[in-house]
Amino acid sequence: MMLAELLPLAPFIVLGALLGLDVVAFPQAMISRPIVAATAAGALAGNPLGGLTIGVALEFFALEAMPFGSSRYPEWGSAAVIGGVLFGRVEVGTAGAMTVAVLIALIAAGIGGTSVHLLRRLNAAVARRQQARIARGSGSAVTVVQLIGLTIDLIRAGLVTALILAIAIPLYDRALASFVLTPVISRAVVVGTASAVGLAAIWKVTQSTAGARWYLVSGLLVGFSIAWRVA
Amino acid sequence: MTDLSPRLPVRTWLAVVSRLFAMQGAFNYETMIGNGIAFAMEPALRRLPGGPRGSAYAAALGRHSGYFNAHPYLASVAVGALMRAELDGVPAAQIDRFRVAAAGPLGSVGDRLVWAGWLPLCSAVALLAYGLGAAPLTVLLLFLGAYNVLHVGLRVWGLYVGWTHGLRVARALDAWILRRGPAHMGRATALVAGVALPVAAHGIIGPGRAMLGTVLAGVAVGAAIVTALRGKAEGWQIAIIGLLGFTLYGVAP
Repeated sequence: MMLAELLPLAPFIVLGALLGLDVVAFPQAMISRPIVAATAAGALAGNPLGGLTIGVALEFFALEAMPFGSSRYPEWGSAAVIGGVLFGRVEVGTAGAMTVAVLIALIAAGIGGTSVHLLRRLNAAVARRQQARIARGSGSAVTVVQLIGLTIDLIRAGLVTALILAIAIPLYDRALASFVLTPVISRAVVVGTASAVGLAAIWKVTQSTAGARWYLVSGLLVGFSIAWRVA
Repeated sequence: MTDLSPRLPVRTWLAVVSRLFAMQGAFNYETMIGNGIAFAMEPALRRLPGGPRGSAYAAALGRHSGYFNAHPYLASVAVGALMRAELDGVPAAQIDRFRVAAAGPLGSVGDRLVWAGWLPLCSAVALLAYGLGAAPLTVLLLFLGAYNVLHVGLRVWGLYVGWTHGLRVARALDAWILRRGPAHMGRATALVAGVALPVAAHGIIGPGRAMLGTVLAGVAVGAAIVTALRGKAEGWQIAIIGLLGFTLYGVAP
């Protein structure tokens, strides 16, 4: 993809950069959660409901990996924007649309998570370079370390969004054009997979709280009865 | 009786509060959020004797930019307490002991309360709202509004109690929400997520609804596999392998 072809993607790249920054660095208001980020990307693509729909699927996966301190976790901000853009571009009911978009978003989340890990090592190098000035009590050195960290994180998330979108859009279109399975099967597989990961994540939450598993079982019974009635 | 506690101008408070939101801006594996702590405290440290060119300012900034790790929201408790201690002229050794002692509790309580409690609870509420047919904007406002009440509240409350109690802030950490909140949130999350998962899944399954029985069986088996493989692989990683295989099968000529 040429640079000129990337220009129409600029709003999505900016969105991915801003929401990727929210994951760790600033302001951690959880605008980077898939249910928010994918909806925003879908809205930007003219399909907010499509964005929300894939955001819900990705949120099931995100329930599993919370941003605990120095642990390594997927970067959902830019990944969910990528998922929202891809799914928001196609017609409702296209076979494989959600399956392939979720797959690409999950891969993007993994790549984004690795880039956050590398950024943390870079931040340490920047802090080491400023260590002598900071030890002498330089307020500007403390500010410089902080601003460099924030700026590189913003650029990192923008680059992840841009590079993956540039590669993913043609791949996505080709995959959907040659997808031979029915929409029934493809949607059932991706929603089943997302639900399984989400259920396992909530089961893990219940392990640390006495009695919580009974609340989960009760909730599931209520949830299934509501879903059954709506069906 | 004269109040001898230090006072800070409103603009200093605003600067400190706004910097709290960038606490993890330079997060790294060596000093963790140490630089963020110094960055947040810096506007208040300018009030030390001698100002930003004085030796007290330099010593304090050097002390606080070292290793520190805590939950980013509850780190505001440490920021408030350390600001107060520095402006009260508490000896450096006592401040250093507090930094070492405070990090662990502020990390573990915050992790349990926010990452393992409030965030999945708000997420589950938003999923349920979607499943019950709420519009996209309603879902977003519900999630962001609910989550950020606690998020912003914790940052501001932490700064306030830290500043009010100084190095004796441990008593403030005995607050009900910090002691009992995580357990109650864990149960609430389990209940709401239990309702939300099937309802939200039903909402996004679209044409796949025709295979609902098979999907339910698959979810039960899949969740058991993800749980069994915990520690070896994450669910999202297992999902990549499964969905990649399915996609390749789906596009095979």
